[in-house]
Amino acid sequence: MSEEVKAPKKEKIPRQQMPEQLPEVRRRNFDEVPFGYTPELARKEAERCLQCKDPRCRQGCPVEVEIPAFIRLIKEGDFEGAIRKIWEKNALPAVCGRVCPQENQCEGLCVLGKKDQPVAIGNLERFAADYQRLHGRSILPPKAPPTGKKVAVVGSGPSGLTVAGDLILKGHEVTIFEALHAPGGVLVYGIPEFRLPKEIVFSECNYLERLGVKIELSTVIARSETVDELLARFDAVYLGVGAGLPIFLKIPGEHFIGVYSANEYLTRSNLMKAYDFPQYDTPVVRGKKVAIFGGGNVAMDSARTALRLGAEHSYIIYRRSRAELPARAAEIHHAEEEGVEFMFLSNPLRFLGNKDGFLTGVECLRMELGEPDASGRRRPVPIPGSEFQVEIDTAVIAIGAGANPLLTRSTPGLALNKRGYIVADPKTGKTMKPRVWAGGDIVTGAATVILAMGAGRQASNSIHDYLTFGW
Amino acid sequence: MFEIVERSEMAQGTIISNWLRAPKIAKKALPGQFVILRANEKGERIPLTVADTDPERGLINIIYMVVGKSTALFKTLQVGQGYMDVIGPLGQPTHLEKVGKVVCVGGGTGIAVMHPIARGLRQVGNHVITIIGARSKDLLILEDKMRAVSDELLICTDDGTYGHKGFVTDMLKKVLTENKDVGLAVCIGPVPMMKFCCLMTKEFNVKTLVSLNPIMVDGTGMCGCCRVRVGGEMKFACVDGPEFDGHAVDFDELTLRLRSYLAQEKLSYDQFKAAHGHNCACHT
Repeated sequence: MSEEVKAPKKEKIPRQQMPEQLPEVRRRNFDEVPFGYTPELARKEAERCLQCKDPRCRQGCPVEVEIPAFIRLIKEGDFEGAIRKIWEKNALPAVCGRVCPQENQCEGLCVLGKKDQPVAIGNLERFAADYQRLHGRSILPPKAPPTGKKVAVVGSGPSGLTVAGDLILKGHEVTIFEALHAPGGVLVYGIPEFRLPKEIVFSECNYLERLGVKIELSTVIARSETVDELLARFDAVYLGVGAGLPIFLKIPGEHFIGVYSANEYLTRSNLMKAYDFPQYDTPVVRGKKVAIFGGGNVAMDSARTALRLGAEHSYIIYRRSRAELPARAAEIHHAEEEGVEFMFLSNPLRFLGNKDGFLTGVECLRMELGEPDASGRRRPVPIPGSEFQVEIDTAVIAIGAGANPLLTRSTPGLALNKRGYIVADPKTGKTMKPRVWAGGDIVTGAATVILAMGAGRQASNSIHDYLTFGW
Repeated sequence: MFEIVERSEMAQGTIISNWLRAPKIAKKALPGQFVILRANEKGERIPLTVADTDPERGLINIIYMVVGKSTALFKTLQVGQGYMDVIGPLGQPTHLEKVGKVVCVGGGTGIAVMHPIARGLRQVGNHVITIIGARSKDLLILEDKMRAVSDELLICTDDGTYGHKGFVTDMLKKVLTENKDVGLAVCIGPVPMMKFCCLMTKEFNVKTLVSLNPIMVDGTGMCGCCRVRVGGEMKFACVDGPEFDGHAVDFDELTLRLRSYLAQEKLSYDQFKAAHGHNCACHT
């Protein structure tokens, strides 16, 4: 390499890889997989950015982060400036840098990506946030003068935190209500420690608290207090409660011990820290042969969690083929590296158990791909007579989530669609109930963190307009 | 923190009663609803039915039996100490309506769950016949409180040390035989007791409510851990229940799922006992 000493053209710096734990090591621990950029690596990667006059990347960001601007500040070594630039648009950069599907968003539109690899925007965002958390001076962004208006945010997941972060900066009083005993919603109960350390979520929440956001934990709106009661105390209410209803396969044997919804498996392992049982009091079945049903990010998270809980085999049983896996590319890649075994074109028929009620296996049917269905993906078609059994002691069902009816059914005046999700204006998040907005998975159905944040942004703009101008 | 303001031990120290300061819950909780408690940062989320409330003083009453590590840890909490989290009220409240004559059957700590329900049923104008039972006299709880909310109170002990000798099911049969006008039975206690009470009331064709206690995590319908089969359908006890039509409940499946973590629970409890000594009353 050193023979050709041509001055490298700007775009010829290769995309800087983030150092990470080796697969054979990390598959047995819950520590975060990538270590993050050093300042040197970050500045080198930042140099790759062309600083386009009309940046495409920004159009791919649901919360419209000023991407070239913050990258330029990193390049100049002004890391504090970089995070402040990001904070103008995004209250959760350490989270987004880790879990956004950048390949479909900002990085997917980066012009460098046409001939070369795109700028590692996610990695840089993560770097700026981590640098601030570890070395920053914690200077908060400026806040507008108090308006005297009060907003209640129900749910402390990504959309609720975004709404809170936006409105507190605009001078409104914000209180978040969270049903669980820790803030973060899916970021703490769902996404595992090795992908998103809880400490980072708590630090982002702490940033909001320092800005003045109040967070009331262990408060189940609908039960502890109703939405109508909140409306008596607050000028506006934002519902960002998430999808929150586990979907089961509806096949025989789902009651056997060792069959979990992904929500339960991940909640036990993450939020309740069952991986540290008995130091922590909540147990989880530590299966030796674990099968995950589904092919999304939650399935990958579950399969990788199973390995870390000591599984000898962690299978992903998916009814379509690899090409149709809906998970983020990085998650599939990490799962494969760690030794997750994929069984494609297989559909479960029934669970098998012993007389004590413990799961012992699953019977599946082989599938083949037929014509594309409504989603554009080729529809799996059963192959008659192709039944086969897999010996397993743990099963995790990760085929999606539905609309949890706890809050929606107890809130009169809220229109729901036929699947139970809240009907809200896609541009503003306004629901059919006056002074109530909604966004995230409880409106769209299960989606991604950043889409929920995008919905939060639109709703916070609309709430701010309402609080300022009355419409 | 949710502070304990009153604490008492019953049934030879196997059952504990706490009155906690939880004003918001005290104002909201209705008969049949429950709370989820966590003692400390490392604790499990334990669901317990609200046994009573005192909205004016902002207090709620929980009554639990010491059966494992978490409840043993709860037992160490003294007046002035408290729980890190108390979440609720959760679950559907009991549907209280006047049906005429009602029989309420409570066993073990199920008596504590039964108390507000029996009181509620009586307040709406029912004639309440209550049957409570325990293995022996020393283990029977809340006799006076149950007497105060019942028109008739019948007591059973397995060993005959108090009241009628025998199971509550025997007494239930007698009551149903003698009272053809019973319109509703409510049976709350250990799963086998509820199962056999339901078989009995089915014979007499009396509608029966039971309150189920499956293992839970979040208590808001998010995880599905507490799924129970009722009338062949999957229901979540935390949001659809905890009360269900006893004649439709699959008690065998519930029994099986309650055994999910027996091995882990034993490990955890043994470790706790080794560290704290059995029946400890440490004031840390």
